[in-house]
Amino acid sequence: MDFPILLAILLAPVAAALILAFVPREEHMLIRCIAAVGTFVSLALSLFAYFTYNQEIGGLQFVFGNNMPWIKDLGVTFFLAADGISLPMLLLTNLIGFSAVFASWNVNNRPREFFILLMLLITGVMGTFIAHDLFIFLLFYEVVVIPIYIMVVIWGSSKRVTKEYAGMKLTIYLLIGSAFLLVGVIALFVKTTAITGTPDMSFTGLAAAAQQLSPFDQTWLFALMLLGFGSLISMWPFHSWSPDGYAGAPTAVSMIHAGVLKKIGGYGLVKIALYMLPLGAKFWAPYMAVFGVIGVAYAAMGALAQKDLKYVVGYSSVSHMGYVILAVACMDVIGLNGAVANMFAHGVMAALFFSMIGFIYEKTHTRWIPDMGGLARQTPRLAVGFMLAAMASLGLPGLVSFIPEFTIFISAFNNYGGLAVVGIAGIIITALYVLRAGANTLFGPPRPEYDHLQDIKGPELVPLVVLGTVLVVGGFLPSLLFDMINSGVMPLHAAINDALQLGGNF
Amino acid sequence: MLVEFAMQHAWLVPLLPACAFVVIVFLARPWQLLSAIVAVGSMATACFFATLAAIGIFTNHEYVEKPLVYATRWFSLGLPGMPDLRIDVGVQLDPVSAMMLFMVSFIATFIFLYSIGYMKGDPGYSVFFSYLSLFGASMLLLVLSSNLLQMFVAWELVGLCSYLLIGFYTHKISAREAAKKAFVTCRIADFGLLLGLLSLQIVFGTLNLTELAGKIEHFEEFTSFGMLTLIAVLVFIGPIGKSGQFPLHVWLPDAMEGPTPVSALIHAATMVVAGVYLVGRTMFLFHEVPSAMQLVAVTGGFTALFAATIAITQREIKRILAYSTVSQLGYMMLALGVGSLSASMFHLWTHAFFKALMFLGAGSVLTALHHKADVWEMGGLVKKMPITAWTFVIGGLAIAGIPPFAGFWSKDEILVSALNSGHYVLFAMAAFTAFLTAFYMWRMIFLAFFGAENPANHPQESPWTMTVPLLVLSVGACLAGLLGTPWHNVWGEWIRFGEAHEGPVNYGAMLLSIVLAGAGIFLAYTLYLKDAKKKRARKMAEWFGPVYRMLYNKYYIDELYLWFNHALVDGTAKLFYLFDIYVVDGIVNGIGAFARLSGDGLRVFQSGRLQNYVLVFFLGVLAVAVLMAFSGSTTAAGLVLGGVK
Repeated sequence: MDFPILLAILLAPVAAALILAFVPREEHMLIRCIAAVGTFVSLALSLFAYFTYNQEIGGLQFVFGNNMPWIKDLGVTFFLAADGISLPMLLLTNLIGFSAVFASWNVNNRPREFFILLMLLITGVMGTFIAHDLFIFLLFYEVVVIPIYIMVVIWGSSKRVTKEYAGMKLTIYLLIGSAFLLVGVIALFVKTTAITGTPDMSFTGLAAAAQQLSPFDQTWLFALMLLGFGSLISMWPFHSWSPDGYAGAPTAVSMIHAGVLKKIGGYGLVKIALYMLPLGAKFWAPYMAVFGVIGVAYAAMGALAQKDLKYVVGYSSVSHMGYVILAVACMDVIGLNGAVANMFAHGVMAALFFSMIGFIYEKTHTRWIPDMGGLARQTPRLAVGFMLAAMASLGLPGLVSFIPEFTIFISAFNNYGGLAVVGIAGIIITALYVLRAGANTLFGPPRPEYDHLQDIKGPELVPLVVLGTVLVVGGFLPSLLFDMINSGVMPLHAAINDALQLGGNF
Repeated sequence: MLVEFAMQHAWLVPLLPACAFVVIVFLARPWQLLSAIVAVGSMATACFFATLAAIGIFTNHEYVEKPLVYATRWFSLGLPGMPDLRIDVGVQLDPVSAMMLFMVSFIATFIFLYSIGYMKGDPGYSVFFSYLSLFGASMLLLVLSSNLLQMFVAWELVGLCSYLLIGFYTHKISAREAAKKAFVTCRIADFGLLLGLLSLQIVFGTLNLTELAGKIEHFEEFTSFGMLTLIAVLVFIGPIGKSGQFPLHVWLPDAMEGPTPVSALIHAATMVVAGVYLVGRTMFLFHEVPSAMQLVAVTGGFTALFAATIAITQREIKRILAYSTVSQLGYMMLALGVGSLSASMFHLWTHAFFKALMFLGAGSVLTALHHKADVWEMGGLVKKMPITAWTFVIGGLAIAGIPPFAGFWSKDEILVSALNSGHYVLFAMAAFTAFLTAFYMWRMIFLAFFGAENPANHPQESPWTMTVPLLVLSVGACLAGLLGTPWHNVWGEWIRFGEAHEGPVNYGAMLLSIVLAGAGIFLAYTLYLKDAKKKRARKMAEWFGPVYRMLYNKYYIDELYLWFNHALVDGTAKLFYLFDIYVVDGIVNGIGAFARLSGDGLRVFQSGRLQNYVLVFFLGVLAVAVLMAFSGSTTAAGLVLGGVK
C-alpha cells in the first residue's frame, strides 16, 4: 500500500492536539509552536498531494480505506479520496489553518485549550473535503460544530450583539442546516438501498443508485439538501448568522469559518447534491440563481451600510457566496469551474481580510470604522495586507479572485441573461464598500492616539505572506488552479449531463 | 539581429518595469537613490527594446495588414482539445501597438527621470518609484495585449496604479477621496466593458483580437445586428470612464491630487489614452456598427467642447490642464467616431508629448512656488524660470494648433476627417473648441509666466533632472507632428484602419484652424496681458455671473453625483440593512423565540412534581373508565391495550 497521504494530512493536527493536551498550560510559546508544526505538516503534505495529483488521469486518487468496512449494515466505509474539486479545498483549508495559527499568535487567554480546539476544527473541515463516504462526511461536519461554539463563546468579542448570541446563532444555524441535511441523507440512503438492495454510503455508489430515483424524489431530496447546504454557505435568506457570527468569533474562527467552513456548503452542493441528484438540481436551478443574485446585491448593499469592519467583511462574504450559488445554478462546465475556483479565491481573500482586521482590533481595540483613519502611516504592512485583501475582494485582475468571477459571469450571463447582469453589477457596489472601508481605516490624517502602534512583525507576518502569495500567484497563473479544478469538474459534469439526457427521455 | 530579438521578445518591454517594481518593493526600498535608478534604468531599457521593436515594425510594410502575433494559453476550461473557454495571453505587434509601445516607454522614461528631482525629500520616495514602475508595466502590457481579457487585466491594473498614485499622499483627505472617486468611476465604466467582453466571448467564442476581427467581419453568422450594436455600445462604456469622456469625466480633474509626475503620466502617456487605444484596437467592431460609431463621435465632440468651456474659468494650473486633457481626449474620440483611426492615433501621439511637457512644466512651477497653484497669484515667472517658461510656451503653441508645432497637424487631420465624413456640426464644434483651447491655454500662460511679477513669490529654476525632460519633450512637441503633414502623410500610410486615403490638401480647413488659434491667443493676450490693468476679464465674469458660476462649478455635475451617491445609494443601503436586522433577523429570532416559548409552555408538563404526574395519571384512568362505561368495550380495550386483543 502506498503512503496514506490523506490520512496523514488529516491526522497531523490531531497529533498536535494530543501532544498539546500534555503540555503544561503556561508554556505559551511551546503551545503555539506545536500548533504551527501540526498545521505546517498538513500544509506541506497537501501541497505535495496537490502537485503530485495526476490530472491527466483525473478521478479519485490517494484513495484510502475504500475496502475497510466500518459499519457494515449501513454500508459505511472509512473512504478517503481526493479529486480535482476536493484538492483545492483541502489545500485552502491548510493554507488558512496554518495562517490562522499565526493570526492567533497573541492569544493569551488559555492558549492550550484554544489551540486544541483549533486543531480539531481544522481536522473536521479537512475531513469533509476528503471524505468519499456520505456518513463520514456528515460525521466530520458535526465534529466542526462543537469547537466553533466553544471558541466563539470563550474567545469571541462582540459589539452589536453579545458573543453568546453570536455563538448560539452560528451553532444553531449550522445544526439546523445539518438537520435538513441529515433528513435528506437518510431519505436518500433509504431510497437507494431500496432500489439496489445493498447498502452503500460512498459518493460513487449513492450517485449511481440515485440515478434510478424518480424526478419527483430527486426534486424533494435536492430541496432538503439545498436547505442544508444553502444555510451553510449563507444563501439568502439564510445568511443572517454570517455577519453576526463572524463579528463575534475570534480571528482564527472567522478566518476558518469564512474561509473554508462555509465552503463546505458549496462543496456539498456540487459534489453531493448536484452530482447525486441532477434532475432535482435542474428543477431548482432557476430558484438558486435568483437566490444567488439576491444574495449578491442584497448583501453588498448591506455591507455598504456597515461601520464595523468585521460586519463589512461578513456581509461581503455573503455577497461573494451569492456568486458561487449562481454559478452552481448554471450547471455547465464553465460555471462549475467558476464556482469551485471562486470558493478557493474567496477563502484566501476572506481569511487574509479577517486576519488583518484581527490585528487591527488587537492593536487599536476597535473595529469601528469612524474611530480609525490614517493607519497606513503607522502600520504600513498591515495596510498592505488589508489593501491586498480589499483589492481581491473587488475582483481586481492580477489577484486570484478575478478569473473565477469572470468565468462565473460568462456562464451566468450565458444562462440567465438579465438576472446575471444584476449580479455582475455587484462589482460596482463591492468596489464602493471595500474602498470606503479601506480609505476610512487606512488613509486620511493619522490619529495621534495610534502613534505608538507596532506594525505587524515576525510571526504575525505569516498570514500576510502565505495568503498574499497565493492571491498574487493564483492571479497571474490561473491555470495552476483551473487545470486542477477542471480535471475534477469534467467527469462530474459528464455524469450530470448523461443523467439529464436520460431524464429527458423519461 | 537585435531588432529581430526585440520583436520576438516584445514581452520584455512590460516585464522590465514589472521586475523593477518587485525589486524595489522587496530589495531596494531602504535606499532611495537605488530605487530611483532601478526604476529609471528598467524603463530606459524597456524604451530601448521598444524602439528596436518599433524599428522592426516600421521597416516592413507587411505588418500593416498582418500583425505579428504570438500567444500562449493562460487558462482553459473543458476538454483540452475542444475547450469551452480558452483565454490566451500574448503579444500583438503592429504599427499601432509599436507606436504606442515606443511612445509610452519614451515619455515614461523622462517622467521617471523628472521624478528623481521632483520627489526629493518625500518619505515615500522609493514606494513612489515602485508604483510608477508598476504603472508603466501595466500600460505597456495593455498596449501589447493580443487578447481582450489580457487587455482588461492590464486596464484594471492601470486603474489600480492610478488609485495608488492619486492617493499617494495618504494623509490628505482630498487625495484619499480623489483616488476613491477615480477607482469607482472607472469601475462603473468597466462594468459596461466587462459586459461587452462577456458578450463577445459568448457570441464569438474568443477574445483574441485577430480572431475576433476575422469573425466580426461576417458577424451575421453569429448574431444579429442589434446584438452587435449593443455589444459595441457596452464596450464603449469602458473608454468613456477611462478616457474621461462625458459624463464620467469627473474623476480626471480630481486626479490632480497625486504628485505632478503622476498627473503627467496619467494624462499624457498612460491611463486616459488607454480608452482611446481600446476603441482603436476594436475598430473592427465599431466599424460594423455605424450607430455606435456615431455615438463615439458625438460623445467625443461634445466632451471636447464641454471640457473646454469649463477650462476657461478654472484658476488652478493643473486643473486647467486636466480639463484640457478631457477636451483633447474628446478630439481623439471624435476622430475615431468619424472613422479615422489614423487621425486619432496621430493626435494621441502629439498630445502625449505636449501634454507631458506642460504637466511637467506645471510641476516645475509648483515646486518653485511651494505648491501655490492659482494662476492669478503667479505672473512674470519667465524671468526667473526661463527654461520652464519657454518650454511651456512651446507646449502652448502646440496645443493651440500653431504650425509647425505638433498639435497643429494632428488637430487639422481630425478637423479634415470630420469634414470629409460629412459631420458638419461636429466639425463646427471641434473648430470652436480649437478657438477655446487656444484662448484658455494662453490665458494661463500669460497670467502665469508673463505680466507683472508677484512680489510674494521667490521662484527658482528647477534642477537638471527636471529641466532635461522638459527640453527633450519640447523637441517632441515641436517635431512630432511633422510625420503627418498633409503633403506627405507618412503617419497615415502606417497607422490606419482599412485603406490609406490620400485626399487633396484642404487648405481651407488649415487656414481656418490657424485663424481660430490665432484669434484665441490674441483674445487671451488682450484680456490678460495687454489690457490686464483694465480688469476686463473680471468685469466679463460679473456680467455673465450665472454662466460663469456654472462653468466654474463644472456644471454642478460633481454635486449631482455626490447627491446621488450619498442620498440614493447610501440611503438604499441603509434600508437594506434595516430590513436585514429587523425582518430577516426578526424572523430568525422569532423562530428562536417561538421555540423558547413553546418550551416554556411544555415545561408545565415536565414540572418534576410527583403530585402533578399522579394527578394526570388519575385523570387519564378516569377518562378511560368513562369511555368504557359509555361505549362498546372494544374501543376502550383498544385504547388501553394499544390495540392488542
